[in-house]
Amino acid sequence: MTTVELLGKDPGWLIAAKALIVFVICVVSTLMAVWTERRVLAKMQLRTGPNRVGPFGLLQSLSDGVKLALKEDIIPAAADKVIFIAAPIIAAAMCFMSFAVIPMTGKVNLFGQETAMQLTDLSVGVLYILAVTSIGVYGVVLAGWSSGSTYPLLGGLRSSAQVISYEVAMGLSLVAVFMYAGSMSTSEIINSQHNNYWNVVVLFPSFVIYVIAMVGETNRAPFDLAEAEGELVGGFHTEYSSLKFALFFLAEYVNIVAVSALAATLFLGGYHAPPGLGFTEAWLGGWFTIVWFFLKVNIFFFIFMWLRATLPRLRYDQFMKFGWKVLIPVSLIWILVVATLRVIQQEGAPRIVIVAFAIGLVLVATAASSLFDRSKKKSEEPLAEGEAPDFPIPSLPGVSSFNASTQSGDKSE
Amino acid sequence: MSNSIDPKKSGTAANVDDVAFTEVDQPGPGSLFEQAKGFWVTFSSIFKKNLTVAYPEVKAPTEERFHGRHQLNRHADGLEKCIGCELCAWACPADAIFVEGADNTPENQMSPGERYGKTYQINYLRCVFCGLCIEACPTRALTMTNEYELADTSREKLIFEKEDLLAPLRAGMLAPPHPMYPGMNDTNYYNGDVTTAHPSQEGGSK
Repeated sequence: MTTVELLGKDPGWLIAAKALIVFVICVVSTLMAVWTERRVLAKMQLRTGPNRVGPFGLLQSLSDGVKLALKEDIIPAAADKVIFIAAPIIAAAMCFMSFAVIPMTGKVNLFGQETAMQLTDLSVGVLYILAVTSIGVYGVVLAGWSSGSTYPLLGGLRSSAQVISYEVAMGLSLVAVFMYAGSMSTSEIINSQHNNYWNVVVLFPSFVIYVIAMVGETNRAPFDLAEAEGELVGGFHTEYSSLKFALFFLAEYVNIVAVSALAATLFLGGYHAPPGLGFTEAWLGGWFTIVWFFLKVNIFFFIFMWLRATLPRLRYDQFMKFGWKVLIPVSLIWILVVATLRVIQQEGAPRIVIVAFAIGLVLVATAASSLFDRSKKKSEEPLAEGEAPDFPIPSLPGVSSFNASTQSGDKSE
Repeated sequence: MSNSIDPKKSGTAANVDDVAFTEVDQPGPGSLFEQAKGFWVTFSSIFKKNLTVAYPEVKAPTEERFHGRHQLNRHADGLEKCIGCELCAWACPADAIFVEGADNTPENQMSPGERYGKTYQINYLRCVFCGLCIEACPTRALTMTNEYELADTSREKLIFEKEDLLAPLRAGMLAPPHPMYPGMNDTNYYNGDVTTAHPSQEGGSK
């Protein structure tokens, strides 16, 4: 029985209950994520991190949330009130929505009903996630615009440009997964990886591109240009305070959890146990799979923290250049390769053809890189000896610089 | 006609072209492995010992000569060392010290010699802890402790009076006012000849 058929039998009350559970998981994992991030970052910087509120400071983010909620809610005089209020709601709601199609367990028993811990299973599940997170960008750009202030506007434009650019690369990296799984449904993609190599092995370049793009997509360090404090104060949420700011905060972390969950689903076999530990999936009536799921999500979340602790923020132009000139072409070429290999496989070509194709690819790549190196070397060569230009230039090797005193002296004579 | 923006034609001034062009060797970006080393730095730090001091619970000792709160010292028999000379107040660059001297009388002998500090105030909102007052003090009456917890809730509380600054009475000391050690003058006190209180000094002033 497929997941779609399984979920199709859910009665209405169970769907509502699962929606509530997903919501609670999102909020709680945000609270935990903030705490974990602060603790782990602190450890990476030889600090302790929050350890006052509750055991090990576990309630720190909860108390921060309560504090935020009790703060004065300021709406600037220049702000467009309706949009100013709607923006954080859009941003937060869309992040939660993307969680609806993430499968967190296999077949389990929930309140006496056979079901899976997944709110709904769309045949275009991953596309739905991309669409919903794109709508989340509206929250960012509208927040920046409606604040009626310069820095939020710049920050909003930056993050929307960033999210849109990296979404292209992200979408392209997913194409290879779709081709391999033969489906866009999250549960189908997980099933295609079950009893098979995980996509992280088969489609490693896609995985790398996805991980880079997901960091860009969520506006996180080292791609957190939208809130570059030194340039833009707080970015798009500069003018926000109190609960509205908390909503943006929530949206950021739910988004991180969502893209991590998607990465786990698409590349790490979702809720399935790692190879060799398949027997654990039957534990607790199938509920144990949720442990594997969150373990995988946490691996990605750790990558987020590790990047943040290690890398400095990129310059905006370098960042955009990287997205458009490196990630997108590379993923396009990779899709071509995957598609060709897939077709060769499906046509039942002998193994030698596949090997020959792979060797040919390697040769082309080597030739391209050596050509690239040669052109690079050429551009580093000094300029040819030539006439001095008519305008003053600093002295350079191979060019005799313009001598202002003799030139103007000649003219006057 | 010479152009007004012509550079000065001077034989001695250095011409840009006279300076030899030297290529500076600039190392480019390191290899990918070099650049990835930073990840190991942050990761290995997780397992290192924290540098954090849990401050209110754990108080790290200061350096020995740390400039903390001031202290007005006493002679071994309990008389104050301060003679109210105001040199500390004059030395203070932040004008944080206020001293008012007064005469010692046989009924009210606070310090050896003629004068004592009647009022002594240090304003810790002004003090910069430079220690010039300590250098200026001729009798070593004013020194600094290592105490650094000097935060409070009002301006008034941060103006320390004489009784806040005075060193506590130790064993063998008597609370002034009381007469000087029999047979000793202020020079003997200064030289450290008085090592403890004499029974005749008890019972306050004569």
